[in-house]
Amino acid sequence: MAYILLRDLDIPDIGKLDVYTTNGGWEGFKKAVTQHTPEEVINIVIDSNLRGRGGAGFSAGRKWSFIPKNEPVKYVVVNADESEPGTFKDRQIMEKNPYQLIEGAMICAYAIQATAVYIYCRGEFWDLAHNLEACIAEAREQNLIGQNILGGNWSCDMFVHLGAGAYICGEESALLNSLQGFLGQPRVRPPFPAQKGGGLYYEPTVVNNVETLANVPWILVNGAAEYKKIGTPESPGPKIFSVSGHVARPGNYEVPLGTTFRELLFDKAGGTGTNKAFKALLPSGASGPVIPVTEQMLDTPMTYEALGKLGSTLGSASFILMDESTDMVWAAYKMIKFFKHESCGKCTPCREGTHWLAKLMEHVIHGEATMLDLEKLENVAKQMNGKSLCALNDFAINPILATLKHFRSEYVAYIKTPAPAAKPKQPAPVKKQLEEVAEPAGD
Amino acid sequence: MLAEKYAERIQKIFSKYPDKRSAVMPLLYVAQEEFGWVSPEAIEEVAVLCEIDPTQVKSIAGFYTMYSEKPKGKYWLQVCTDFPCALRGADQFHQALLDHLGIEEGGTTEDGLFTVEHVMCLAACDKAPMLQCNFHYVENLDMDKMKALLDQWRADAKDSAAD
Repeated sequence: MAYILLRDLDIPDIGKLDVYTTNGGWEGFKKAVTQHTPEEVINIVIDSNLRGRGGAGFSAGRKWSFIPKNEPVKYVVVNADESEPGTFKDRQIMEKNPYQLIEGAMICAYAIQATAVYIYCRGEFWDLAHNLEACIAEAREQNLIGQNILGGNWSCDMFVHLGAGAYICGEESALLNSLQGFLGQPRVRPPFPAQKGGGLYYEPTVVNNVETLANVPWILVNGAAEYKKIGTPESPGPKIFSVSGHVARPGNYEVPLGTTFRELLFDKAGGTGTNKAFKALLPSGASGPVIPVTEQMLDTPMTYEALGKLGSTLGSASFILMDESTDMVWAAYKMIKFFKHESCGKCTPCREGTHWLAKLMEHVIHGEATMLDLEKLENVAKQMNGKSLCALNDFAINPILATLKHFRSEYVAYIKTPAPAAKPKQPAPVKKQLEEVAEPAGD
Repeated sequence: MLAEKYAERIQKIFSKYPDKRSAVMPLLYVAQEEFGWVSPEAIEEVAVLCEIDPTQVKSIAGFYTMYSEKPKGKYWLQVCTDFPCALRGADQFHQALLDHLGIEEGGTTEDGLFTVEHVMCLAACDKAPMLQCNFHYVENLDMDKMKALLDQWRADAKDSAAD
């Protein structure tokens, strides 16, 4: 079957406007603008059950439908801050097939009658961001972007904004702050981005991931019913899986949702490529819980629901594979160091929690930890859960908790110090402490 | 002064946003391109252009890792040693590069040509070991390829110095 997203694999020159156009490019956009009302476009996307590919898996069409109709200023923001360890799918779309993203973003802009579109690219995408700007300029010349698009009354321009190296800016409210020239730190919600007061410049805003929007032109051309024939009823459509780590053929693979793990990991990625067996999989980068690779798991279809049942998440489908030689304690240490570095510092549980988790893991790695420290790791992680403004905090505890759950013996093997003989002293009752404090100081 | 030298470019940056404050990040890039780092003078000037306090500009420059608040080598090499790359030998590659150049992590070679830093995921996990040289991707590396590249960059630097 022909590719829907990674079309550069079928048509290497699809990154050129004329090649894109002669291969069906802009048909979806033209159809949307000339044959459908904005409401109809939203309904088509709702009906397709396209789910957000950034990680949360929320219905894209429903997200668009939350935008109030009568506000004069509305925005579309493309989340191209692809920074999750193990994710490199949006990069390929934007490098090789940029017009499909631009078209998808313009269809979304038409559907909500946006006044401008901003593509927020991570700063390291320096070269592709400058190419995107050139692509937008070409599309503007053809009246596909800009003033009175396709001769109608609607006008909408598109701009590229470069981030500067902060994972947290992939979180939508932090991204909006960053675009407005503030520190990339999350906002308190509500108001949500779709609401007045919550979006870009506090105007109603749709924030969508690159891959999500790249699905939209195909849906407009072929219809929601055709789209739903791909994948499973709950998780329809094609999905790009970024496969990395211990595999023979790392790379991006576009397959329908519902394909089995076995097909992706063996038929496509070629297994480990060595005589070692797979040990574990991180299905959603560093953020989702690690799962052991088992025969039963390999035959599971990859959908949002199935990954949930396996105790993890599909997230952005960044598959990091580990073979049997992998030290899972080291793996967890690497990941907690990542989250410690990327915590934006706004919420105390995340800022302090990631710091102390990293410290504790350092103790473990250096053979200085006791069994008590393993309990402490679990304790700190559980106390962090759900106590911050954004999900980074909750993601950060996954590497620790999931490796402790599945590979606890590897932690225990690091413990050299014998456990303390007695239980630590219970702290004095609060009342007694207060009495002590209240006692007048002698002398 | 940036305002005179890059008048047209700065005007174009401002035209993208309804609020001048949004230009702070792109203008910091302009400053970094001009001076090689974000100097205190550059921060002052960006603050004036964006009509915000220099302290706020400085906080932005400090928050984001791609702005450098001290001078770097001519070639700023950022090696990804994050987990997926580390599974494919990135830590060893990073150490070998440091040893080859005779510098510590974050250090710059005496000739001022190379700064090496390890960084978090750069979205190139399938092409590890890899690095960014002045924000351009260099992928599928090993030390043999790396040494050849270093030689090439040394020669390029000599040529540009001779011009």
